[in-house]
Amino acid sequence: MLTISGVALGFGLFWLTWILVTLLLEGGNALLHATLYYKMTPPPGSDGGLANAIAGSLLLVVAGTAIGTPVGVMAGTYLAEYGRKSWLASATRFLNDVLLSAPSIVIGLFIYAVYVAQVKHFSGWAGAFALALLVIPVVVRTTDDMLKLVPSSLREATAALGCPQWKMIVFVTYRAARTGIMTGILLAVARISGETAPLLFTALNNQFWSLNMNAPVSNLPVVIFQFAMSPYADWQRLAWGGATLITLAVLALNILARALFKKTS
Amino acid sequence: METPVSTRINAPRPQVAARTVQSGETSAKLTVRNLNFYYGSYHALKSISLEVPERRVTAFIGPSGCGKSTLLRTFNRMYSLYPEQRAEGEIIMDGENLLTVKRDVSLIRAKIGMVFQKPTPFPMSIYDNIAFGVRLFENLKKRDMDERVEWALRKAALWDEVKDILGQSGHSLSGGQQQRLCIARGIAVKPEILLLDEPTSALDPISTAKIEELVDELKRDFTIAIVTHNMQQAARVSDYTAYMYLGELVEFDVTDTIFIKPKQKATEDYITGRFG
Repeated sequence: MLTISGVALGFGLFWLTWILVTLLLEGGNALLHATLYYKMTPPPGSDGGLANAIAGSLLLVVAGTAIGTPVGVMAGTYLAEYGRKSWLASATRFLNDVLLSAPSIVIGLFIYAVYVAQVKHFSGWAGAFALALLVIPVVVRTTDDMLKLVPSSLREATAALGCPQWKMIVFVTYRAARTGIMTGILLAVARISGETAPLLFTALNNQFWSLNMNAPVSNLPVVIFQFAMSPYADWQRLAWGGATLITLAVLALNILARALFKKTS
Repeated sequence: METPVSTRINAPRPQVAARTVQSGETSAKLTVRNLNFYYGSYHALKSISLEVPERRVTAFIGPSGCGKSTLLRTFNRMYSLYPEQRAEGEIIMDGENLLTVKRDVSLIRAKIGMVFQKPTPFPMSIYDNIAFGVRLFENLKKRDMDERVEWALRKAALWDEVKDILGQSGHSLSGGQQQRLCIARGIAVKPEILLLDEPTSALDPISTAKIEELVDELKRDFTIAIVTHNMQQAARVSDYTAYMYLGELVEFDVTDTIFIKPKQKATEDYITGRFG
């Protein structure tokens, strides 16, 4: 058993390390060029960077998180504090788990159908909505789980003082579960920062600097997708750079989430 | 009454349970009449009737699962947090049946403080642990709040240990200190009754002694009901003792009577350790 699981572990780690090493070898160099951070995505054959894609990605991730987090935290609060074991809560948990594992391209197509196709143009908002739909199930799940970890004795002690339930949730159980909920949000951010599929049908891409959320917004994943598929060496180099940048950012978020969680538990 | 034990309890129930507090001693703060309690379909308390005397310590003893904690949790309607639990009967306080009041249950709980088996400090500073409950019902100026926090901590015999670290987390205290913090938190809102649900079972002997001294001190101002597994503790701290078994009140009397000359054979067996 030890041998089999050890081999499986080695197998997994092997590919992971290969990916990371390749990324750093191929893209690490690109990260060191300052032009990457302030020049726009170029036409083939000319000098350029990823500034518009980096800014656009940040914008989309921030907007998606800002929309998805409150909904997710509220829904998670309902499940853990109000619904508990009721059939509505159980059904919601089940559907949420389905949404959690739904292919992100389906989410993209869904937003395309209900939003992009209606307003008849791609836009940053559409991208943010698609990302928000990915954030929600992650945050719902972690909020629910973390609030359920708060001992019921703490809730009883709060209620025993004559505290209404909403105050108890805001001032006691949220506080007790704070780091767990924050960790969930960070993990959701990490998840959406690398998503390409939901953005292909929503935010699309933009060659130029644009932070207009009602127009297509450039973003790293789609730029990587396009540039990596192109035959031009300089575009491919930028794609490597972008891929490395995202990977390192997600890695940093994961480490931050772990550190945060460790601090309390 | 099909349980084998019922044969040991020979006296008819009303005679046993309805011993009222005599007028010369003290008046009743809580009057429980014919209280039945259910966890779903499980009948956990069976026709309990008794009076909890004002400004006295009433101890509830009995083996695990006898319903003593359940009884305590009906006094402040704690069971209402759980939809599958329900109580029938009467618990009268100040002429009002607590089980059927139309007012917000929070207002009842504000008058009846509770301390639990395990210390439950809130995830906030020592100061805020006390101030939190006070802020729910009173809008005090900073100075008045400081005074109230100090008053509560002094009452709970904790002030000298924490006066310099009021800003620290309540979790930074030792178990015994945390429990006294919870007592301070409970009395800071100036309740009329204090319910203690095995308050010392998670504590070391020194902390236990401190809390017992405290209970003795607090009964001047509060009516106290304490559930305990420890019979010596009941004998030490209480004025009245109720012995419960399998959801029934077997005997309720002045503590000395219960421990020296109980009327029921079942009580005597439990007290002397022959059973339980």
